[in-house]
Amino acid sequence: MSTSVARLEKRVLSEAGRPWGTWGLRGTAAAYLGVMIALPVAAVVHAGFEEGLRRFWGSVTEPVALAALRLTLMTAGITTLINSVMGTLAAYVLVRHEFPGRRILNALIDLPFAIPTLVTGVMLVVLYGPQGPVGSWFVAHGVEIVFARPGIVLALLMVTYPFVVRSVQPVLLAMELDQEEAAYTLGASRWTAFWKVLFPAIFPAIVTGALLTFGRAIGEFGSIVIVSGNIPGRTQTAPVHVFGLIESDNTMGASAMSVLLLSLSFVLVLVVDWRQKRKELRDGNR
Amino acid sequence: MAIADMNRGIPQLPERRFKLPVIIALMYTALLVVAPLLAITWGALSSGIYATLREITSPDALHALKLTLILALAASALNALLGLVTAWVLVRHDFPGRAFLNALVDLPFAISPVIAGLMLILLFGRQGWLKALPDALGIQMVFAWPGMLLATVFVSLPFVVREVMPVLRHLGTEQEEVAYTLGATYWQTFWNVTLPAIRWGFLYGISLTFARALGEFGAVLVVSGGVSGMTETATLFIFRSMDDRNYAAAYSMALVLALASFCALILIELTKGKIRRRG
Repeated sequence: MSTSVARLEKRVLSEAGRPWGTWGLRGTAAAYLGVMIALPVAAVVHAGFEEGLRRFWGSVTEPVALAALRLTLMTAGITTLINSVMGTLAAYVLVRHEFPGRRILNALIDLPFAIPTLVTGVMLVVLYGPQGPVGSWFVAHGVEIVFARPGIVLALLMVTYPFVVRSVQPVLLAMELDQEEAAYTLGASRWTAFWKVLFPAIFPAIVTGALLTFGRAIGEFGSIVIVSGNIPGRTQTAPVHVFGLIESDNTMGASAMSVLLLSLSFVLVLVVDWRQKRKELRDGNR
Repeated sequence: MAIADMNRGIPQLPERRFKLPVIIALMYTALLVVAPLLAITWGALSSGIYATLREITSPDALHALKLTLILALAASALNALLGLVTAWVLVRHDFPGRAFLNALVDLPFAISPVIAGLMLILLFGRQGWLKALPDALGIQMVFAWPGMLLATVFVSLPFVVREVMPVLRHLGTEQEEVAYTLGATYWQTFWNVTLPAIRWGFLYGISLTFARALGEFGAVLVVSGGVSGMTETATLFIFRSMDDRNYAAAYSMALVLALASFCALILIELTKGKIRRRG
């Protein structure tokens, strides 16, 4: 009842006092999003399927393309797993522990979003490269980090670090302490209280953070192109492979691979969006 | 006293000690964020501060910094203006297709920058659907700065829209209705009532846009074609210097960009604090 009144009010308000504005504003917004986002997506889908489904399938199932896809999914998966655990831990520590330097830690976690990913890649090369202070030790012990797969995972870990932390932290902050205190009063250890009381409550937020991490990781380019060494079939991820195809003027192949990656990202966005809506509905009903 | 006795043995929340989880979180952050930052500082300054200064004041480097700054400012201005209109329409208007437009906004964050660049080449390149547009305006889009600007606008598009929308929604329409009732025009109301109320959220969105635009690489690389000195941004300068094994130049410029994003982050945190205090 109240929503329909609100809607009526909104309509009355929108008709009054906006002689020219309504369609001008809507048109501007639609043109902005249409030209900047919808048309480019349509163009790449068109280019991917331009030469038929068979060619599309052929170019995404080439051995080099498949290896790139497999490497991207694998490194993104490992990254998501590690950062889900470490991100949850960092969020928990930031909210539930008090220690000197807590605010600095909180500020540091945003840095990976602020630093250009290309610079992230350069930083990792300086630190872990064969001439670097840490890298030379590893190379002497037969472990290659930069220009190999561990470097890719390291770059992805750094670039995606904030997602799970920033997704879990607000949920923890909003949680009342009474349930945890009840658990402690009943003799639970910190570990039991976390596992039995906190974890079920923050699990949805961890999943949302993990989905965002995975989505970001499969598209990452700037840091990886510097760190990976770009060896086709071995350290070439899908976005780097797409770049190689663009460079060699294989627009159809690049578009086909892009369409595949895009579909994956779209599904992730839809799932995150759907979970968000479901959460808002549930919170609204409370 | 008796209650204090009962409470003994129950962990106080929050706890004031360096417990194992705290140590692990600190070490992980140090490994992932602090160590690389120290490394690039060391790498850039290892041959002396004068060498670093010489690298970042070379003509190519200065040109790249200038282009980056111009592109970031222009992209921020475009996204601020059009993003504000879009946020307004998505919150205050109700029309068929609104949900679709709303869904479009988040896509640039989900799309790999390389693919974003490819899309723009396809759209404005040789046989592109919109090739007539730059031709009519007499400008070169692909492999030139207009294309790089579009690429930068694309990757940083969601910030202003997504930061302004919740603030607008939270503000509601009551104050605006009062202004209309008092005889204010549409424009006066927006300028005197709405804009002051949402300004910190708006600024927050713009500073995020600017920070993102400063560091954009993948999309700009694909669109630019990489003509050094002509269409080279700071990130492209780093990329080329790494390729040429000119590490002194690459590390120096990387340090400059890292410092710039550090400053941007401080600005971002400050505006975020303002939003929290003023609602």
